[in-house]
Amino acid sequence: MSAGPQTPTQYIVHHLTNLSVGEGFWTLNIDSLVIAWLLGGLFCGSFYLAARRATTGVPTGFQSFVEIMVEFVDQSVRESFHGNSKLVAPLALTIFVWIFLMNLMDLIPVDLLPWLAQLVGIPYLKVVPTTDLNMTLGMSITVFLLIIFYSLKVKGPKEVIKESLFHPFGPWLMPFNLLLKLVEEFAKPVSLALRLFGNLYAGELIFILIALLPFYLQPFLSLPWAIFHILIITLQAFVFMMLTIVYMSMAHETH
Amino acid sequence: MSITATLFGQMITFGLLIWFTMKFVWPPLLSVMEERQKKIADGLAAGEAGLQARETAEAEIAELVTTAKNQASEIVAQAEKRSTEIVEAAKDTARQEGQRLIASAQAELEQEINRARTTLRAEVAAIAVAGAERILAREVDTAQHQQLLGELAKQL
Repeated sequence: MSAGPQTPTQYIVHHLTNLSVGEGFWTLNIDSLVIAWLLGGLFCGSFYLAARRATTGVPTGFQSFVEIMVEFVDQSVRESFHGNSKLVAPLALTIFVWIFLMNLMDLIPVDLLPWLAQLVGIPYLKVVPTTDLNMTLGMSITVFLLIIFYSLKVKGPKEVIKESLFHPFGPWLMPFNLLLKLVEEFAKPVSLALRLFGNLYAGELIFILIALLPFYLQPFLSLPWAIFHILIITLQAFVFMMLTIVYMSMAHETH
Repeated sequence: MSITATLFGQMITFGLLIWFTMKFVWPPLLSVMEERQKKIADGLAAGEAGLQARETAEAEIAELVTTAKNQASEIVAQAEKRSTEIVEAAKDTARQEGQRLIASAQAELEQEINRARTTLRAEVAAIAVAGAERILAREVDTAQHQQLLGELAKQL
């Protein structure tokens, strides 16, 4: 509550407003994008450094951590993805680490960064990029495009059309099959995006609501919620990654 | 909360991150890890092989030791036998030598005795002749005769 006297509603709305430029559809949420870039840069930079310095000897420090991540993702991909692709594993790693980092922003005290931003004259700052539907949808649509691309590439257009028209109910129910297929396909990006967004948005909102309580009550509520949230943010990153792997696996398999 | 162009920004960012990870992060890390895995596997295999080699070597050593022990005891037995043989042979030789010595000593003794006898005989004859000469020269003097005979007897 840094901008003078605020009603709780104003406070919440303030926290849920993006720093944006542009009008209408051409609005860009600068805060989400910049934080996502910073975290993406952090991920790529640190992992790149670790990869460049990696030795085949005994791994130490950060290299061990990076290798644990890589091994974990590699194992998940090997278990769920039954195809041969150079893309899926790096894709899964990117998704997991990046989403985890973006979700991790949720654990920074809700008022800290917006307050600092206001000190330097930035009126709005929404810290957690994954509480922005545009961000989660942006990722899930990218995954969706990859699914379509690899379906066409691996199975060929003919097979894809045949699959959409004649499965699962045979050629006599062709329109129904197509409708089912479309729903099935479009449900993938929508569910991916909404699941992540919903979880993180709700989590953030609860942190904001806790922050509205008297200060002597806050620790008793925000601490358990933060601890629980560590689980949620990891789980959501993992779920997004696993589903992407599974979808990619489906795209690579012929029925 | 509405869908805006932020979506495209995020898609581009995401695409770039995926590309970067695919190009610069994943392959080197995975290759390093696979290499290490291979190294560890090789090391373990080498350790296993070393262990096996040691076991083989130990078995060989045990065999060698047994053979050597057998050979040594055989040699000792042979040496003992040989030494007994040598001792026996030496005893034999010594006995033979002794007997030979005894025999030759006896032979010499006999020769000596014979020679002494011959000499004695000659001397007795000479003494008898001398005695006779003296007796003949002095005529019969009993006392002197007796004395001479006594002297003769003493010289025998």
